Amino acid sequence: MSELQALRDNILFTTLDDLLSWARSGSPWAITFGLACCAIEMMATGASRFDLDRHGMFFRPSPRQSDVMIVSGTVTIKMAPLLRRLYEQMPEPKYVISMGSCANSGGPYWQYGYHVLKGVDKIVPVDVYVPGCPPRPEALIHGIMELKEKIKKERILSKIG
Amino acid sequence: MEAKEIFKKLQDQFGEAVQELNDEVMQPYIKIAPDKTNEIAQFLRDEEDLQFDYLMCLSGLDLGENLGVVYHLYSMKLKHKIVLKTEVSKEKPDVHTVANIWRTADWHEREAYDLLGINFVNHPDLRRILLPDDWEGHPLRKDYKPQKSWHGIPVTLDSEEEENDAVEQ
Repeated sequence: MSELQALRDNILFTTLDDLLSWARSGSPWAITFGLACCAIEMMATGASRFDLDRHGMFFRPSPRQSDVMIVSGTVTIKMAPLLRRLYEQMPEPKYVISMGSCANSGGPYWQYGYHVLKGVDKIVPVDVYVPGCPPRPEALIHGIMELKEKIKKERILSKIG
Repeated sequence: MEAKEIFKKLQDQFGEAVQELNDEVMQPYIKIAPDKTNEIAQFLRDEEDLQFDYLMCLSGLDLGENLGVVYHLYSMKLKHKIVLKTEVSKEKPDVHTVANIWRTADWHEREAYDLLGINFVNHPDLRRILLPDDWEGHPLRKDYKPQKSWHGIPVTLDSEEEENDAVEQ
């Protein structure tokens, strides 16, 4: 009886799709990449007080090892091609979090900033927008949680099949 | 040394090229000719009782009809200051460089060239410093209109988008 009980406690029925999505949502590695004052908040989020490691998120020094790009800050037009290249160097599946007003829409440079891209979604597809100028670490973490929800709902195998 | 004395000394040396003095403002300034900036700067730095060894700032201005350059100078040794100003027309914005006298001026002049299109004659390496090399126009000019796109990247909002955003606001 105890053996049967033990068996019952350790068997879980799920689909491979669910398992994969669950596993992937547990470790969205981000690329080490900051553009402006939002990057300071992003660093604070990564440091011990808010501790992104709890969410399985680590900053990787190479786009080849990253799943998520956090666009933290003002994307100048001179920087835009480089940002696009980094995005293209990341392996699929890949996600983009747009952090702060500048990355979302151009922010304070929306109308008269000749040098700022009017939203990073003009050059890369964005999954989650985090508002704020800059957003506090809690807000960024909320954005990351939303991204995780999004990853959990993905069905990779059935999409292929 | 007081601004008046500096002005006197410069006028004795360069005559017409040293145009006027205004010492009723907080930072007294001397207006000089744009094609004599190099000689005057050399004199200000090397003369025994002037010794302006430090260029605190070099700024470019759009004054409407003309472009201007302002030099803030300081002497570490003698602890005195002076401001130089010069003006050039927008049609022919040629100012002689001072980059060979104060190395600071190298990048400052590149910035003034980048953003205002002031041409510094004899500058060792007059390229854009902030904007991409193939950018069109000089953004701090009052009449500047940004280009529509740069290498396929939209620079300005297109008019339809701007209207939509205005309605949402």
